[in-house]
Amino acid sequence: MDPTIFGFLLSDGLISGALYALVALSLVLVFAVTRVILIPMGEWVMYAPLTQAGFLEGRLPATVGLSALLLLVWAVLDRRRGRAPWLLAGWAVGVGLLGMAGVRWPSLAGPIAFLVVLPLGPASFRLFFEPLPQGSVLLYLILAVGLHFVYKGLGLAFFGPDQFRLPALWPGELGVLGLPVPGQGVLLVAAALLAMAGLFLFFTTLYGKALRAAAVNRLGARISGISVREAGRVAFLLATAVGAAAGLLAAPLTNASYDMGFLLGLKGFVAAILGGLVSYPLAVVGGGLVGLLEAFSSFYASAYKEAIVFTLLLPVLAWRSLSALTLEEEE
Amino acid sequence: MLRVRGLAVRYGSAVAVEGVDLEVHPGEVVTLIGPNGAGKTSTLLALTGLARASGELCYLGRPLDGLEPEERVARGIVLVHERRLLFGEMPVEDNLLLGAFSRYKRGERGLGEDLERVYRLFPRLAERRRQPAATLSGGEQQMLAIGRALMSRPKLLLLDEPSLGLAPLVVQEIFGILRRLKAAGTTLLLVEQNAKAALSLADRGYLLEAGRVVLSGDAAELARDPQVVEHYLGLHPEERP
Ligand SMILES: Nc1ncnc2c1ncn2[C@@H]1O[C@H](COP(=O)(O)OP(=O)(O)OP(=O)(O)O)[C@@H](O)[C@H]1O
Ligand SMILES: [Mg+2]
Repeated sequence: MDPTIFGFLLSDGLISGALYALVALSLVLVFAVTRVILIPMGEWVMYAPLTQAGFLEGRLPATVGLSALLLLVWAVLDRRRGRAPWLLAGWAVGVGLLGMAGVRWPSLAGPIAFLVVLPLGPASFRLFFEPLPQGSVLLYLILAVGLHFVYKGLGLAFFGPDQFRLPALWPGELGVLGLPVPGQGVLLVAAALLAMAGLFLFFTTLYGKALRAAAVNRLGARISGISVREAGRVAFLLATAVGAAAGLLAAPLTNASYDMGFLLGLKGFVAAILGGLVSYPLAVVGGGLVGLLEAFSSFYASAYKEAIVFTLLLPVLAWRSLSALTLEEEE
Repeated sequence: MLRVRGLAVRYGSAVAVEGVDLEVHPGEVVTLIGPNGAGKTSTLLALTGLARASGELCYLGRPLDGLEPEERVARGIVLVHERRLLFGEMPVEDNLLLGAFSRYKRGERGLGEDLERVYRLFPRLAERRRQPAATLSGGEQQMLAIGRALMSRPKLLLLDEPSLGLAPLVVQEIFGILRRLKAAGTTLLLVEQNAKAALSLADRGYLLEAGRVVLSGDAAELARDPQVVEHYLGLHPEERP
């Protein structure tokens, strides 16, 4: 292989690896706090750029309504919790106003799409996972797969089957060792590293440790004054933020369509598993590996590139179950 | 400080506690003794909000109804659970700091001072501060569970069988600590199988059988009661010293 092709594949692999890394980070975050393997994350990652595309076309994307609706249901469920229902209702109204602002000012479409998609995570946790506090990892997984189908179906209904191309935030290119690397790709890699460092640091604070403790020993957390529900909501919120940002940054490079979420989520999951679903730095390394493997296998055997990536899962799962560190559940 | 009237705890159709009246005054040590299955743990779980209960629970002049366990911790009702419920894979020090989470969330800082205080109380924990909690011995885990509860600066500390499964020497050590907590004015509600140790520490006591209070009163008097002596202190009345 000549060095230029090698260079291209390398930069391609690292850039898609950064996307997988971000998805993997969000999955690790959610799993570490709630023991949920969040399959629908891929859908939310896609919703963000699709929502942005809606604003750019001058129409109000249906995700605005979905977000506001879920927040209102949440407000009704929490109607007896003091000021909470009012804050939630206010948040729902805020999402509606943001939607109108997005149509009015297309230059802000990206950040507004981010804010519109953000409530989907915590609201889904409140509506679907919180009512089953004692659920097993398997039960949560089944629920997550169900939600994946629901959000995927909604995606088709909201946005249709088309692919959308979105404008790059950094349209230029950057020369790295004589290779032209798209600026947008540089942003994506930077975002992955930043999110990794941010999450790593967050989980060294007492607040971050409390989130983790909520999963390590649920009852132990409650008698220590840690609200397990709040921990789950915060984890879902942070994870959705990471996922939505990843979707918005990646879409100018990869396009966006309603059905791209699943494979994306699955590749992020492979990356997360490489880190045992517990380590943020390893999840990023895993993302990079998946991206590189995919880039090089698409060069040598493009028809099999997905198969090759998922085959990676098998030895990793075998190795992980042998060294089964923190995956075992509490009593 | 705590007034309980007509407390009942049911698990499905099984009745664990029925019509229990209980009082704890500030600075007092009150013990709850009774045989296995008497409903001691259920009573404590009802106070912390972990078991669904009916009856009147009044704490610091206000009802506890509708407060989540974590909200009760923030108000000073803290339980040392009979199963300890430590964060096994996390270091000893993190376990302790997490005990102070409700204070941290209120914006209190300077938790390091409390940490030092707990380490002075339990020097063995200080030596093991970086070690995962799961690797501690049973006695050390109990100390950690108590230490974690103390980090929240409890107003009413509920202890569920702190001597459970521990060697006599360690039990003595734990009771030594409880004695020091008492001397420092901490209000304790202590559930114990070890009635002798519990009654010697407590000011007052309640004897629970099959979910009901069958005897209550001054701890020293309870310790002389023939029924208590025979069944819980392991001596016949005539053998009494
Ligand atoms: N989660 C539960 N579901 C059903 N029944 C329960 C549950 N917890 C306790 N019980 C029943 O309630 C009764 C009281 O139990 P509890 O644990 O309060 O007793 P205890 O006095 O703490 O006993 P021990 O000294 O053995 O700890 C027992 O008959 C027990 O079987
Ligand atoms: Mg018990």
